[in-house]
Amino acid sequence: MVAVQAQDDLRRVLDDEGRVLPGARVPDVSDETLRKIFDTMSLVRIMDDRMMRLQRQGRLGFYMKAIGEEASHFAVAPLRDGDWIYPSYREQGAWFWRGYTVKHFINQLFGNVEDPVKGRQMPVHHSANWLNMVSISSPVGTQIPQAVGSAYAAKVMGKDDVAMVFFGEGTSSTGEFHVGMNFAGVWKAPCVFICRNNGWAISVPREKQTAAKTFASKAVGYGMPGIRVDGNDILAMLQVSGEAIDRARAGDGPTLIEALTYRVQGHSSSDDPSVYRDPKEPELWEKRDPLNRMRNYMRHRGLWDEAWERDITEKYNQEITDALAASDRLAAPAIETMFEDVYEDMPWHLREQKEWLMQQARTRSPHSHG
Amino acid sequence: MPVMNIIQAVNDALRLQMRAEPKTVVLGEDVGKFGGVFRATSGLHEEFGAERVIDTPLAEAGIIGTAIGMALYGLRPVPEIQFGDFIFPAFDQIVNELAKFRYRSGGQYPCPVVIRTPVGGGIRGGHYHSQSPEALFIHTPGLKVVAPSNPYDAKGLLLACLRQNDPVLFMEPKRIYRASKNDVPEGEYTLEIGKLNVTRPGTQVTLIAWSGMVSIAEEAAQKAEQAGISVEVLDLRSLMPFDIDGLLTSVKKTGRAVIVQEAPRTCGFASELIASIQERAMEHLEAPIMRVCGFDTPFPYTLEHEYMPNADRVLGAIRQTLEW
Repeated sequence: MVAVQAQDDLRRVLDDEGRVLPGARVPDVSDETLRKIFDTMSLVRIMDDRMMRLQRQGRLGFYMKAIGEEASHFAVAPLRDGDWIYPSYREQGAWFWRGYTVKHFINQLFGNVEDPVKGRQMPVHHSANWLNMVSISSPVGTQIPQAVGSAYAAKVMGKDDVAMVFFGEGTSSTGEFHVGMNFAGVWKAPCVFICRNNGWAISVPREKQTAAKTFASKAVGYGMPGIRVDGNDILAMLQVSGEAIDRARAGDGPTLIEALTYRVQGHSSSDDPSVYRDPKEPELWEKRDPLNRMRNYMRHRGLWDEAWERDITEKYNQEITDALAASDRLAAPAIETMFEDVYEDMPWHLREQKEWLMQQARTRSPHSHG
Repeated sequence: MPVMNIIQAVNDALRLQMRAEPKTVVLGEDVGKFGGVFRATSGLHEEFGAERVIDTPLAEAGIIGTAIGMALYGLRPVPEIQFGDFIFPAFDQIVNELAKFRYRSGGQYPCPVVIRTPVGGGIRGGHYHSQSPEALFIHTPGLKVVAPSNPYDAKGLLLACLRQNDPVLFMEPKRIYRASKNDVPEGEYTLEIGKLNVTRPGTQVTLIAWSGMVSIAEEAAQKAEQAGISVEVLDLRSLMPFDIDGLLTSVKKTGRAVIVQEAPRTCGFASELIASIQERAMEHLEAPIMRVCGFDTPFPYTLEHEYMPNADRVLGAIRQTLEW
């Protein structure tokens, strides 16, 4: 069990109750931004709860919750719209913050005709080029060198865009992590690495991923700063991320941020943590819940009241209900779309295969329709 | 019209494209000041600078991974993998990432990366400097695979690859990098990807080859001619997509086909060609389609000339199909 308070290299602004720690520097974040973050973080919590219930009812094939880790998603908040984000699969807050809607999100989960990725990928593999958010990949770490490539491209094209990439602590064991960090260091790429250290890679605890004391310490070997931050402390997250983004944009190179957090529930809807970890462990972390801490802080600052949060909850519950109802009425993507976007223009062999399948579909008896 | 070898033709294509399109960048191991271990990027560093001709750290997954990110952002990267045998650390980045980006993002993220890599044996390079891995990549939906056999084709095909928007594996036949020479026009021209080239017209047997095996096929066709056998040689040029119409036109005319493939026999690209031809031209075939291939062994060092297809083996297969 990681004792958060005992670690003096950990950047924190708020204590576990959401009070500003003595001597802590509060980042300059406007009331409006804080309200918007709280609103978006609430949406993540509500969405996760609703979608997991749908999954348990057998209405949704697969889902991944982010409960307990939501504050770390808002590392994206200090980015500009032109900056690029390479997400992993557990940063719902980053998507909603950027403007990905409840409808986009739900249509992707159901792979229907309005799904931004046209039903091509299983749930939670979003993509939104209009938001500079890159398509999510299941194999972990592949996005790390890609983000470095985009950061390098921005630099040589004379733009001051920054690329931010998310991954879990388990991913730091991959070759791609090493490769990406190393290229970024050598190239002084304007890139920010967010390692969400949530303690668990499915069933494997962080101790089995590395013998290093911290994940942030790995930055040393790549010639970049490594910062540890309380990933459940929204103010510390915004502060550390903002500093790293500024460094990158100023041409001072990449930063590795280890956001210390905890995966309060299973890896995904297919997981059962009771098999491999002490049920008391999540209870300890629930006391450090990022949404509670933010709520308490905002209450102290006079930015929160119960009615406001009730409105947020009702607003999003209604939006989700409406999006689900709309999704129920939406068809699957047309059969021929299976063959599109493999290449820019469809080559002869795919045209031939498409025509064969369409012929099958036309001659199939109406009773055999799935 | 200047005579060039394949290295010079590739170099010329890269230079012309980098002049015409400032977003084109070259990256890889030793591609900068040194100009690449085969000198294919020679002089580019001097002309275009270190930001566009990038000596990368030594990691293929990083070369392809970063090239993907560059392409998504808007550059036109042309990574070099020093030997085709070294491409496998980047296999996941190519197969799961590069090839699938357009599809998996619902068409949002095209990923125009052209990977250049030398392939094939006959250079006393042993297992790690001789393989022909095309089948693995032809089997990867989303990727195009182009394999020129001579300087003229190499320049025209590379320029074509650099001017379209799909990811390409561009395989260069290293055994004949310098030995293969022909007239190459100055300035820009492109050859259509997906079209084969009839390098030698004939009537009795269709001989199909690509990359370093085209010269072997031509040598065999000459020997056959001396023996009174008329062989039509097809250089596929592009393996994915491949030119089914061109293949069928020839095979329907000759009624017989032999395929020369340097890679191991089982599940090689020849297998797909045989299946595709016989499905569409069974009634025209006078004999089973034969193939002359590498063996299903790792690529050997000392015995590489026993391993590789040669003109005599090809001629044997030509006779076999005629006598069937």
